[in-house]
Amino acid sequence: MLQPIAQNLVFGILVGALYGLTAVGLALVFGVTKFLNVAHGELLMLGGYASFWLFSLWHVDPFLSLPLAIAALVVVGAVLYKLLFSRMVKLAEGAKIQNTLLVGFGLGLILQNLALRFWTADTRSITTAYSGAVWTILGVRLPVVRVASMGIAFVLIVALQLFLQRTYTGKALRATVENWEAATLMGIDIQRVYLLSFVMGAALAGVAGALVSVGYSIDPAMGMSWTLKSLVVMVLGGLGSFTGTFIGGLILGVTESATGYFLSLTYKEVVGLVLFLLVLIFRPQGLFGAKEG
Amino acid sequence: MLEIKGINAYYGDLQALWGVSLHVNEGELVALIGPNGAGKTTTLRVITGLMKPASGSVQFQGQPLDRIAAHKIVELGISQVLEGGSVFTGMSVLENLELGAFVANARKVKDQSLKWVYEIFPRLEERKNQRAGTLSGGERQMLAIGRALMSKPKLLMLDEPSFGLAPILVQQMFEMIKEINRHGVTILLVEQNVRAALELASRAFVIENGRIVGQGTGDNLLSFESVRSAYLA
Repeated sequence: MLQPIAQNLVFGILVGALYGLTAVGLALVFGVTKFLNVAHGELLMLGGYASFWLFSLWHVDPFLSLPLAIAALVVVGAVLYKLLFSRMVKLAEGAKIQNTLLVGFGLGLILQNLALRFWTADTRSITTAYSGAVWTILGVRLPVVRVASMGIAFVLIVALQLFLQRTYTGKALRATVENWEAATLMGIDIQRVYLLSFVMGAALAGVAGALVSVGYSIDPAMGMSWTLKSLVVMVLGGLGSFTGTFIGGLILGVTESATGYFLSLTYKEVVGLVLFLLVLIFRPQGLFGAKEG
Repeated sequence: MLEIKGINAYYGDLQALWGVSLHVNEGELVALIGPNGAGKTTTLRVITGLMKPASGSVQFQGQPLDRIAAHKIVELGISQVLEGGSVFTGMSVLENLELGAFVANARKVKDQSLKWVYEIFPRLEERKNQRAGTLSGGERQMLAIGRALMSKPKLLMLDEPSFGLAPILVQQMFEMIKEINRHGVTILLVEQNVRAALELASRAFVIENGRIVGQGTGDNLLSFESVRSAYLA
């Protein structure tokens, strides 16, 4: 009786780590720029395909190709930022959120359909020699690929925190979030800070996508569901800290898994949205966010 | 050193500044005084480029500032302390000060600058690892000014540094400002606390409803009936 529950818990945590990683990418962009890029899931999808094609065409191991996926998404992110989002920097916060929501939505549709056109609707997955490897601890099966993915997600988030806390650029980013005018008066170029955040957010989504392509599967339409999950996790974790967001991801993963096991698989996708509503009603600042005022 | 001429500035359709002109010579401590909403802060924002004027010119050391992006202004040697101090509350005192030295030239001499700031504001050294959000109002103002000094400014612009401070702190604050000026930093002080500002400053401009209505030395402005009655009553 205990094994299936423990197994479910483990699977929930493993996928939750990727939810957390993706959500942190979106939270980083939103926190700094106040852009709500709902094409974030499509950036994840692109990362997944980058990894997939590098493996299928040139046999590059998906874990080794992570830096390449990052590089690809940095370029894509920079181009999208310059073409679309940079024009919205000067808008008031409300308009920023609305406009980027609309632009993100359109962008997402375009990217989805391009992917569909070029890569077909087939679901893809990377199978390596070690894909089937599993560790078994106390009767619970831990697929090695997914555990490694969780480890990578964790390391990236710690690295991000260190970057924000310890480096001049990271502090400049945090300063911009608090008060962009004061930051400007200190010589911080807000445009550059925005670009950096956007690109970093895209890179995190790309890594998550690459990890999804090897541990799970990818298809052109996956973006929307990942964007929604990121939004749920962002609200769940609150905008206070990325650690909180990551834990929010784990919570979502575990809740989905548990719902799938105890209720039924059809409710798995819905539980996230139910959590979303509950948090907004009872604790709008999120589980780890600071209360307003 | 700083010269602004005929500045007309708008917030949307609302004209906030009407032909504002003033100048500050090197080494001076000049005050810009006026009641709430007169346009003092707006004037500062135009100088640092946070707001673009519809017409008029701003020149610093002979160089026009209108083509220069706001974040580049500090490299020229102009530093502004915003209203209310606006320190970065989520970061420590030391981190705030270090961010003040963000630009390359200032970063190189960061440690020296830090020593000097600690000399003027010993309280900041005591609290250097505390989160800025936990500081008192007076300490935050000190931090905001200290942070501005870290960029090694030639011209320091202060927006109501005495705001919300208890009278004895205001006295101390103005002593420190005098000290900074003695060190060779030119200061443009925007203040509502007219009496203190006029005693500190060698010269002052009076602004009302977006227009400069008077200027003169501290002493003879105090003798203007309008200044006395409007602000010292």
